[in-house]
Amino acid sequence: MSATIKWYWFASPQSFFPLAGTIARVCWLGAALLAAGGLYVGFFVAPTDAQQGEAYRIIFIHVPAAWMSMFLYLVMASWAAIGLALNTRLSGMMASAIAPTGALFTFIALWTGALWGRPTWGAYWVWDARLTSELVLLFLYLGFMALQAAIDDPRRADRAGALLAIVGVVNVPIIYYSVQWWNTLHQGASVSLTRAPSMASTMLAGMLLMALAFWLYSIAAALTRVRCIILERE
Amino acid sequence: MNWGGWSEFLAMGGYGFYVWGSYGVSFALLGLEVILLMKRTQQREAKT
Amino acid sequence: MIAAARCVVARDLLLALRRRSDVATALLFFVIVASLFPLGIGAEPNLLRAIAPGVIWVAALLSSMLSLGRLFAADHADGTLEQMLLGAAPAGVVAAAKVLAHWLVSGLPLVAIAPLIALQYDLPAPLYGTLVLSLLLGTPVLSLIGAVGAALTLGLRGGGVLLSLLVLPLYVPVLIFGAGSVDMAAAGLSPQGQLQLLAAMLVASAAFAPWAIAAALRISTE
Repeated sequence: MSATIKWYWFASPQSFFPLAGTIARVCWLGAALLAAGGLYVGFFVAPTDAQQGEAYRIIFIHVPAAWMSMFLYLVMASWAAIGLALNTRLSGMMASAIAPTGALFTFIALWTGALWGRPTWGAYWVWDARLTSELVLLFLYLGFMALQAAIDDPRRADRAGALLAIVGVVNVPIIYYSVQWWNTLHQGASVSLTRAPSMASTMLAGMLLMALAFWLYSIAAALTRVRCIILERE
Repeated sequence: MNWGGWSEFLAMGGYGFYVWGSYGVSFALLGLEVILLMKRTQQREAKT
Repeated sequence: MIAAARCVVARDLLLALRRRSDVATALLFFVIVASLFPLGIGAEPNLLRAIAPGVIWVAALLSSMLSLGRLFAADHADGTLEQMLLGAAPAGVVAAAKVLAHWLVSGLPLVAIAPLIALQYDLPAPLYGTLVLSLLLGTPVLSLIGAVGAALTLGLRGGGVLLSLLVLPLYVPVLIFGAGSVDMAAAGLSPQGQLQLLAAMLVASAAFAPWAIAAALRISTE
C-alpha cells in the first residue's frame, strides 16, 4: 500500500528532517498566536475572583503547564515504547527531544504552584497531593535525562532511557494514588487548586487557550530539538 | 475586565509579586529554552 | 529452570558469605542512619514515637538502595554476567534469582534488626508486628525495583548517585504504604489496607520486574 510506504519513509531521520522543520515553524507561530489570545482572555476578559482576588490569574499558567508536564511524559514514554518495539532510531530521538521540554513545564508548574500557594494557603510549599506528585514527576524526568547523559553510546542511551520511561509511566498512576492517599491522611482538608475559584467560562477559555499554546510550543520545541539530534548523530 | 490604568494592572490587587513572579519566571524559562535551541541549531548547521 | 535458579542463588549467597563485610556495612548503615535522627531532631519521646515508622522505613530504603550497586557489578566486571545471559536459563529467571539472593543478604537482615531500632524509638510493642510485616513485604519490592535501576546503570560513571536518582521516585509508593501501615496501626486503625497493597505490589513486581531487569541487562551488555 502506498500509504504504508509513505509512513515508513518518514521513519528515516534524513527524510523526517525537512518535515520536522516545516511543522516546527508552523507550530512556533501557532503557539505565539494562541498564547497572545490566552493571555488576553486571562488578563482582560476573565473577571476578578471573589475569594482569591487577582492572585488566581496564575491559574492560566499553572494548570496548562501541569497538564503539559503529564501529557508530555506520556508522549515521551509512547515514543520510547515504539522505539524499543520496532527498533527505529527516530523514535528514541523523539523521546530524548521531548524530555527537556517536559521537565521545564514540570518545573514551571511547581514554581507557579508555590507562588500561588503563598498568598492563598499561606506557605510557598505545601505537601499537597498534586504538588508532591508533580515533584516526583520532575525527578522522573531528570532521572531520564541524567541516564541518557551518562551513557556515551547513543543506541544504548536511547534504549536504556526508553526502558526507564516505560517503567516510569507504569508507576506514575501508582505514585499519584499513593501520594493522594498519604496526603488525605496527613493533611486533612486542603483547598484544591482548581476548585477554589468557581470556573467561570471565561476562566476556562483562558486556560484552554494557554494549554493549546503550550501544546503547540512543545511540538515546535521537540521537533526543533530532534532536528539538532539528527544532525549531531548522522 | 477593566483595569483602571497601568499601575492597577501591575499591582494585581496587591498580589503583583506572585502573579508577575509566576509569569515572569515561566516566560523567561520558555524564552531561555527557545534561545538555547536556536543556538544549538546554528552550531549544528554551521558544522554540517 | 528451577535448577538454574537454585544454582544462581546458591552461588550469590556463597559469594556474599565470602564478602561478609559488604553485608555488615549495609546493616550498620541502617542502624547509624536511624540513630542520626534523634541526634538531629531532639530526643523528645513523643516526637520519636511519632516519627519512628517513617525513619525506620527511610533508613531501610536507603540501606537497600546502597547495596544495589553490588548486585550486578562484580559479575559484569569479570564477564560472568554475559555468560549467564547467553546460557540456557531464561534471563528473567537468572535476574529473579540474583534479586532473591540479594534480598536474602541485604533486605532480610534489615527486617530482623528493625525491632531493635524500634526499641530505640520506644515504639509501642503492639506495632512491632506491623512494622516487621510491612518491611518483610516491602524490602523485596525495593530489591526488585532497584534491580531494574542497577541493570540500567551497569558500568556507568557516577553510577551510585545516578542509581539513586532513578530509583528513589519509584520507591515512593512503597515507602508511603510501608510507613503508612505502621502509622495506621499507631492510630488504632487497622493496617490491613496498606499491608494488602504492599502485598499486591510485591506480587506485581515479582511478576514483571524480572522481565524488565532482563531487558535492561541485555541493553547494558550489548
